[in-house]
Amino acid sequence: MEWAVFVVFAIAAVGGAGGVVLARKPVHAALSLVMTLFSVAVFFVLEGAQFLAAVQVIVYAGAIVILFLFVIMLLGIDREDVLDEPLRGQRPVAVAAGVALFAGLLLVAKILQPTGAPSVRGSLTQGDVPNVERLARGLFTDFLWPFEITSALLVIAVVGAIVLARRSGPGRILDEDERVGGGSDAGPEAVLIPGDAPEPPGEQEQ
Amino acid sequence: MNVPGAWYLALAAIIFCIGAVGLLVRRNALVMFMCVELMLNAVNLTFVTFARMLDDVGGQVFVFFTLVVAAAEVVIGLALIVSIFRRRQGATADDISLLRG
Repeated sequence: MEWAVFVVFAIAAVGGAGGVVLARKPVHAALSLVMTLFSVAVFFVLEGAQFLAAVQVIVYAGAIVILFLFVIMLLGIDREDVLDEPLRGQRPVAVAAGVALFAGLLLVAKILQPTGAPSVRGSLTQGDVPNVERLARGLFTDFLWPFEITSALLVIAVVGAIVLARRSGPGRILDEDERVGGGSDAGPEAVLIPGDAPEPPGEQEQ
Repeated sequence: MNVPGAWYLALAAIIFCIGAVGLLVRRNALVMFMCVELMLNAVNLTFVTFARMLDDVGGQVFVFFTLVVAAAEVVIGLALIVSIFRRRQGATADDISLLRG
């Protein structure tokens, strides 16, 4: 039974990943991404990580992909990508690099073995504790400091997104002024500097 | 009957490599972002698989942190793409090769 689920969702995951790479429209790529993310959530359930599976569906398949679709719709770029490649030979080299990466990963997995020392941070299976509680125990004891830093990271991300994406307000007006002023001032001077060789001191005083 | 962890690791490696190739091949910045998400997810799957193989909760906690970092990265990256789009039409990697606005 578990094998059947694994095979079906493995095919779905690889197919979705291929769809992300090969889709001509960004919307189709985003939908293929949902398929892969959902399959990964199923794998999480199969491996006993129920909480992470729920978070995967809510955060990834929910929030992040919706954000992608939102940007696609907001910018109105639902047109097909130009898939021709300006650099000759870039695609074969990229595919060869991917295959070499895969071979390298398998080689590393073949050579290196995990140390086999289990349960450094607490067991996943011993006792009758649900998965969420085990995760919470690890998170709020051993990983408390990284968890706090994570909150700072999220605040920084929110502030950064607002600063980068705001459209109106003083920042926008400043940008317009800078562009107009810089264009009219810097343009002629930049042309004059090589021509007016005898007057470099005048340039410098300004 | 349990699926051995090696199968999950191989599957994660395949997804990771597909994401890496997509990052190299595609030129639309949005699609490149999606490929980065694919790679992050493959690594998450690897973490959970090792957590099960070694019977250690640390792997699952790390996936939690990866999720947070991925969310923050997507927020900032999409804000950057939106602000690039406002300046110029198109967000292929060739359009944003200049280091000025």
